[in-house]
Amino acid sequence: MPEAANTAAAHNARRMHRTDLMRRLVSRLTRGEAVVGGIGNTNFDLWAAGHRPQNFYMLGSMGLAVPIALGVALAQPDRRVFALEGDGSLLMQLGCLSTVASLAPRNLSILVFDNGAYQITGGQPTPAAAAGTDLMAVARGCGLPGAAWAADEAEFERMLDGCLAADGPHVVGLKLDDQPPAAQTERDPAQIRDRFMRGLGAKRSALPG
Amino acid sequence: MAGGAAAPFAWHEIVVEVLKANAVRLVPYVPDNVLKPLIAAVHADPFFTAFPAAREEEAVGIVAGGCMAGTRGVVLMQTSGFATLANVLASLPCAFQIPVLLLVSERGTLGEFNIGQAMVWRTMRPVLESLGMEHHTVSRLDECEFICDRTIKQALMTQQPAALILSPLLTGGKAIAAPAKA
Repeated sequence: MPEAANTAAAHNARRMHRTDLMRRLVSRLTRGEAVVGGIGNTNFDLWAAGHRPQNFYMLGSMGLAVPIALGVALAQPDRRVFALEGDGSLLMQLGCLSTVASLAPRNLSILVFDNGAYQITGGQPTPAAAAGTDLMAVARGCGLPGAAWAADEAEFERMLDGCLAADGPHVVGLKLDDQPPAAQTERDPAQIRDRFMRGLGAKRSALPG
Repeated sequence: MAGGAAAPFAWHEIVVEVLKANAVRLVPYVPDNVLKPLIAAVHADPFFTAFPAAREEEAVGIVAGGCMAGTRGVVLMQTSGFATLANVLASLPCAFQIPVLLLVSERGTLGEFNIGQAMVWRTMRPVLESLGMEHHTVSRLDECEFICDRTIKQALMTQQPAALILSPLLTGGKAIAAPAKA
């Protein structure tokens, strides 16, 4: 696993705009990379950045974006897989970082979107924000030594280069401003699942009609 | 697999064969004493990708992701672990129609020594019922192959999650601690 260069401390990382970061991510996906958006605003902005058939939008099951992405990564080791998770969501399922580290899937990247709050429920601060918990330090402690905060948008782009080309697992922390998401995902789970399976080539039958 | 004059297969040997016959490869688990021989068997067989997860919820997510990417899976757990799952079962495999398979070693009944296990046991079937999840209890060795195989096949064909509950009648359950002397 590559060591992060130019690693920003959490308090030095620039507060970035989730919608902008999501558009930067999606514009870089040219090889059918799978993307699993966690609940709430991370998947809303993934949807807003332009739907791709390899996107999965979680609706509920808070904290499971990383495990779902891990399952995809294990099933399709030749496809790059991104998990997009909020800080509050990751806090619910920190154990998954140890599971990822124990399996060390080379094709998995975890992007943590950290606004320090439960934005979708009214912006209440997370206990991690109140305590000053450094989620990248937590990830490193779980056995993911490359986990690092992106200092700014330019460094995020450089870290994406690593996610797309170098062996992972990769963990990238992104400090966010308090802007709301640009849109809301269309909540139709069966359709989301069907499109995702076809996007990953796991379902190939012709659609009727 | 069944029959012949040879000694009958153990329940865990039957489960391994049924999983292989149905191409169920991904096996995240949270450990359980009764499941020990099954966990050892899936680790020993390169057909399977078996590993421990930190929580049962996490394992359900892993199997859901694997399933959507074309690799079938099953989560191994005990009754108290199942009791942590109502939200993720409702909002992930049930809502999205993903055939996540659960194999639950049943604790809390037929000689349970831990009142916590006995009390949480009461919630398992009501939760499965209220989620509308297909579930079957395996209590006899001679029914083990049929129930496991048909439950897995139906889940896969109907794109629905399902739970198989392994009764102490099948597995012997967890050994009952000797009663304290008066």
